[in-house]
Amino acid sequence: MHFTLKIWRQKNSLARGSFETYNLDDVSPEMSFLEMLDALNKKLVEEDKDPVAFDSDCREGICGSCGMYINGHPHGPVPAITTCHLSMRYFRDSETIWVEPWRAKPFPVIKDLIVDRSALDKIQIAGGFVSVNTGAAPEANSLPVNKEKADEAFDSSICIGCGACVAACKNASAMLFVSAKVSQFALLPQGRVEARQRVRAMIEKMDELGFGNCSNSGACEAECPKQIKLVSIARLKREYYKSY
Amino acid sequence: MALAGLFLLLFLPVHLAINLLLLKSDPEPFNKAAGFMANFPVIKVIEILLFAALLIHISYGFYIQIKNWLARPVGYAIATKSDTSPFSKFMIWTGSSILLFLILHFFNFFFIRLGLVEGNPEDFYSVAHNLFKIPLYNYIYLTCFILLGLHLYHAFSSAFQTLGLNHRIWTPVVKTVALLYSVVLPGGFAFIAITIWLFR
Amino acid sequence: MAFQIDNLTTMEAFNTKIPDGPLFQKWTKYKSSVRLINPANRKKIEIIVVGTGLSGASAASALGELGYRVKSFCYQDSPRRAHSVAAQGGINAAKNYRNDGDSVFRLFYDMIKGGDFRAREANVYRAAEVSNQVIDHFTALGVPFARDYGGTLDTRSFGGVQVSRTFYSKGQTGQQCLLGAYSSLNRQISRGNVIMYPRREVLDLVLVEGKARGVIARNLITGETERHGAHAVVLATGGYGTIYYLSTLAINSNASAAWKAYKKGAFFANPSFIQIHPTSIPQLNKFQSKLTLMSESLRNDGRIWVPAKKGDKRLANDIPEEERDYYLERRYPAFGNLVPRDVASRAAKERCDAGYGVGDTGLAVYLDFRDAIKARGIKTIQDRYGNLFDMYKTITGINPCEEPMRIYPAGHYTMGGLWVDYELMTNIPGLYAIGEANFSDHGANRLGASSLMQAAGDGYFILPITIGNYLVDEIKELLISTDSKEFADAEKEVIGRLEKLLMIKGKQTASSFHKRLGEIMWNYCGMIRNKKGLEKGLSLVRDLKDEFWKDLNVPGTYKELNMELEKAGRVADYLDFAQLLITDALRRNESCGAHFREEYQTSEGEALRNDEEYAYVAAWEYAGEDKEPVLHREYLKYEEVEPKVRSYK
Repeated sequence: MHFTLKIWRQKNSLARGSFETYNLDDVSPEMSFLEMLDALNKKLVEEDKDPVAFDSDCREGICGSCGMYINGHPHGPVPAITTCHLSMRYFRDSETIWVEPWRAKPFPVIKDLIVDRSALDKIQIAGGFVSVNTGAAPEANSLPVNKEKADEAFDSSICIGCGACVAACKNASAMLFVSAKVSQFALLPQGRVEARQRVRAMIEKMDELGFGNCSNSGACEAECPKQIKLVSIARLKREYYKSY
Repeated sequence: MALAGLFLLLFLPVHLAINLLLLKSDPEPFNKAAGFMANFPVIKVIEILLFAALLIHISYGFYIQIKNWLARPVGYAIATKSDTSPFSKFMIWTGSSILLFLILHFFNFFFIRLGLVEGNPEDFYSVAHNLFKIPLYNYIYLTCFILLGLHLYHAFSSAFQTLGLNHRIWTPVVKTVALLYSVVLPGGFAFIAITIWLFR
Repeated sequence: MAFQIDNLTTMEAFNTKIPDGPLFQKWTKYKSSVRLINPANRKKIEIIVVGTGLSGASAASALGELGYRVKSFCYQDSPRRAHSVAAQGGINAAKNYRNDGDSVFRLFYDMIKGGDFRAREANVYRAAEVSNQVIDHFTALGVPFARDYGGTLDTRSFGGVQVSRTFYSKGQTGQQCLLGAYSSLNRQISRGNVIMYPRREVLDLVLVEGKARGVIARNLITGETERHGAHAVVLATGGYGTIYYLSTLAINSNASAAWKAYKKGAFFANPSFIQIHPTSIPQLNKFQSKLTLMSESLRNDGRIWVPAKKGDKRLANDIPEEERDYYLERRYPAFGNLVPRDVASRAAKERCDAGYGVGDTGLAVYLDFRDAIKARGIKTIQDRYGNLFDMYKTITGINPCEEPMRIYPAGHYTMGGLWVDYELMTNIPGLYAIGEANFSDHGANRLGASSLMQAAGDGYFILPITIGNYLVDEIKELLISTDSKEFADAEKEVIGRLEKLLMIKGKQTASSFHKRLGEIMWNYCGMIRNKKGLEKGLSLVRDLKDEFWKDLNVPGTYKELNMELEKAGRVADYLDFAQLLITDALRRNESCGAHFREEYQTSEGEALRNDEEYAYVAAWEYAGEDKEPVLHREYLKYEEVEPKVRSYK
């Protein structure tokens, strides 16, 4: 397969960026999108040019490192997967592919397609935990948890923190991300103890960092590689109102 | 935002019910109803609340929208193709258009009552009928109600979501009601306008 | 435990610090007699933790809770991305919630046996002992483990054991446990007890007067090198499976920090013990950058088979029952599809090498859920493995409910690692290694679902107690200055090497060298090894190293974000490390666990251990660039269990 790639290149956070055009031949349909970029980078390095910088690590869709905005979609046009799982067979031969970094005020570009997502960590640091010291835990089965609730908590807990929800949202809102963590803990008795402080601290931090608000468009839900649902945002709101 | 919006939603059916009286050939019931709305003390209180809600809804709406724009200072070269509610993207524009219409509407009716604009506050029936005879006014009026429909469709269910009222069974019901509401109400207003314009 | 020193060295005999007394009481006794540091003094002590996987994050948070000042480092943009996140199957604990006869001793025994009697009894017993606390702690942290309808925790069985003791969160147990540890780390960051340094790669260890006193890290965004001092350094840097290039590890996982520690004098133990995981998705194309694991838990319900006829190219579903060879059930009737990983991997390779493999490459076997779906219904099977099935379908386009999965072994976990004593300290005072980075608990082969258990146990419940015993003597050092000559020299050396890599200006990329190294290692030092192959591999690695230092190209400079430079440094270390790894495999003239030497097998093709000569931990000491490393032997004494031939028949 052959592709024309329009990739955002930006030397560092202060530099002005622009799109560069690359032509890449001999792409196998079985390659993942990142492997296709690896092949491009190999070519660039062999020509002693600066390769395209992008984040990636586990390459099995669970670490949340990778993420780029491909042809108008975070993680590309296929729903419910990360960029590392995006196979080139989903693209037409000779297609022009536009690749952009996540765009949001709290996600400044570091280089090319790499953005600084530490804002997501900051939100977690503000309250995304249960305050229990090592050694202080009671026997695990001493507190039974309804299976449905536990399963629902799990469904929220699988967020990988990639930031696709922020990238997709027209308001660059991190509401889905925050709601996933708040939901996980709100649904479990272990998390209920601090539910009030947690939801307020996390929402306040999110606002402070400059993320937008939720206008219920559902772009986050449509693009979330782990299919976290909008229902959790409703739960986040409920938890927030209840906290007063 | 959501609460103010939901409150505003309540006002529309009342307004529509009164407007339906415009279809009668006798101006009396409409004018009476308009007069009642203008002078009954309880309604006065509700009117103040309504204005407060409107003000909150509009100002907060603009405030949030500006914040949301600022949250993405550098946009994408390729516009989003995410599978999302198209209505939600244009809320600020549908809302602003409705605001412009509202101002026009106030010039036509409300400001007359306040005495700011010339006209007979006792006979809104004739004022309305006269306006609906102007084709340009009708075009604006009908466009605005289509926009209102679009605005309401997203607003209705969105408000419930924002209030945290999301439910496995009830959310689909709310969505259906939202669809009905956003078609029937603006449709009703439009129906009155078209009937008067073309058939009276 | 005595050490026999192989070559003449100046090294003093070092001890394992295993407490006296019966196995069952060692840890209790240790805990009640270990020296403590009062809380006011802990505030004055700094500890560096490198890596934020399950062991690193749990250690940093537990140390933070105790009041130490912790500096935590990771190369990723966030601590949450460390590769523990990808562990799928589960986490073991000796809770005996099933009333099926489990106990701490049985878990300990299963680990020792699974490790083919090459692990240290005392450490393993302790790991089994703290496993229950680990489950309690994660549950309290809000980790959503699977539950039964009555609200209690559910368990499942796992390869190599006959009890059901594995706690799980669907196929994402590692993610859930890591995020639990990440949340406790975040709590300590919010309290100011831990300072997080993400996007930092630790490029050297700094020793002052023989003690670990800090690290040189490179800020991966600006490219600047930084000096960080501390009273102790903890390496939680994970394994080195990426030495095979294609493995189930994250592509940036590396051995550089551990390797640098080795070069500074830390012993590297059993480097050749690498677990090959039997169930990964086979390689699909030649550009592939990694192999995706399919959890071993799938073997609970899936049956592994190949066509009974050689070169049978029919579709799986067209092959009738009587023409299928369920080779694991045939060879190992007692354990069947649940034999340990090394056994399952070698059996798959044996079938494929004999020409029975399936798929285009012939390098795959089937893992079939047909019978399980028939017996238990599609819903139950979907509930158990839904997300794994989805992942398989995403990658291959095949739905495992309709067609059997294709699987093949892949490099996965490294039992070898830095040598540590009972306190998890390496032979360098003040340098600790925890989790996969150390060698101590898994012997020659790791039992499924015990890596999360060990990592969390080390980080939460063991290191925070044992480290005090060293630090109590370090209180007098008020502040570790980074202005000393030792720091300056180390930093200079780090920069010197970065410059050297940049100056080669050859033609080839770091990744292409890495790929070639991986092929050499897989072919000559993979699942099945022999003397001739290992020697060939060793010479090929040496040639490749020469070529690397002549023909590498890294564009750009070191004073910027430069991913090619990062890769080049890691590959350069691997080119050295690979030689140690092969040397270790060459010197161990026996088969044990994952280390299978063709020369040493039974007539039935099973591993043939040699307890007389090789019941030891091979602890290697660096002797200088391109010099044969020095072997120290820690002989393993078994007091509670008797080494037996590991049989799963």
